[in-house]
Amino acid sequence: MAEAKEAQRPLSPHLQIYRVTWTMAMSVFHRATGTALYFGFALFAVWLVALATGPRVFNAVQWFFGSPLGLLILFGYTWVLMHHLLGGIRHFIWDFGYGMGDERMALARLTLIGSIALTLAIWVAAFTFL
Amino acid sequence: MAQFTLPKNSQYTEGKAWPKPSGKNVTAFRIYRWNPDDGAKPRIDTYYVDRDDCGPMVLDALIWIKNKVDSTLTFRRSCREGICGSCAMNIMGQNTLACTLGIDECNGDTVKIYPLPHMPVLKDLVPDLTNFFAQHAAVEPWLHTETPQPEKEWRQSPEERSKLDGLYECILCACCSTSCPSYWWNGDKFLGPAALLQAYRWLIDSRDESTGERLDALHDPFKLYRCHTIMNCTNACPKGLNPAKAIAEIKKMMVERVV
Repeated sequence: MAEAKEAQRPLSPHLQIYRVTWTMAMSVFHRATGTALYFGFALFAVWLVALATGPRVFNAVQWFFGSPLGLLILFGYTWVLMHHLLGGIRHFIWDFGYGMGDERMALARLTLIGSIALTLAIWVAAFTFL
Repeated sequence: MAQFTLPKNSQYTEGKAWPKPSGKNVTAFRIYRWNPDDGAKPRIDTYYVDRDDCGPMVLDALIWIKNKVDSTLTFRRSCREGICGSCAMNIMGQNTLACTLGIDECNGDTVKIYPLPHMPVLKDLVPDLTNFFAQHAAVEPWLHTETPQPEKEWRQSPEERSKLDGLYECILCACCSTSCPSYWWNGDKFLGPAALLQAYRWLIDSRDESTGERLDALHDPFKLYRCHTIMNCTNACPKGLNPAKAIAEIKKMMVERVV
């Protein structure tokens, strides 16, 4: 009797073909911003260490954070923090079983819109009042 | 660790373009093909369907192709009215039933069809669902009781019965589970939205007497808690059910029994 040979089955395409939805994209963003926060927190640590080391190092770090590149990094960090904050609140609401109906897409969109709005508000306020 | 790319034997290539019928109302279908017998890699074939000669649904087009163009095209289908769940597949990037999706609803001039995502392919659009059904069996989807059998039926008030609405309608088509990235990366350990929706269906059944044991069985970092509320399941369900919500309710039950 001929031996039945089983072909090695391929895995059907997944990420390559799946249509990205808002809830899916915001889940990815939440992961990514969460990871980025680790690096973002290093910025704060660098600043604190500089503060403890003395005026020479502190001035250098202060200069870097005030440079256009430094400001850009801080602006990005602000958005990452705000996005992860709002994403966390969204997940908090969902974990209580609310907002999972048709409004789920709006909630996901609001996370992005809200984080951008909050970031801009923080920077406008910083440059206006400080 | 999740592998985001396809293994070498699964990477698909451009396939054959089948003859175009004459006629004004022609729609192109790009369909995933894989044959276990020819040793070749998966490929995407292009078919042209004469819409004036074909029914309105995507399944009608698949049957039209099989009857009139290429009899080797393989797919599952049975009821053609959204109750058997056989023709679940990925159409235009979203898992759904081919029989309840109109060709006109597929925006764009080409309809793209793949098997359910991240599953072993048996042939063309037919995935191996063995693991999926085993997971359904693992939640023991039947009534567990300890009290002696009543003389008549197990009674349930209309309010208690209404808690099963939105759960019992599941047809196990696997659209939700195979839409879930958590299920893609951990399908061997995470039960997936379909099995968890069924788990919840028995957890909130007023007649069931093993709620504690059922929750114990789900208390696991993978089985239940790999759900990260991505909500692809709810977005995909062709029956309009909400597996993500059912899973959230199970997580709530887990917390409530501790506090």
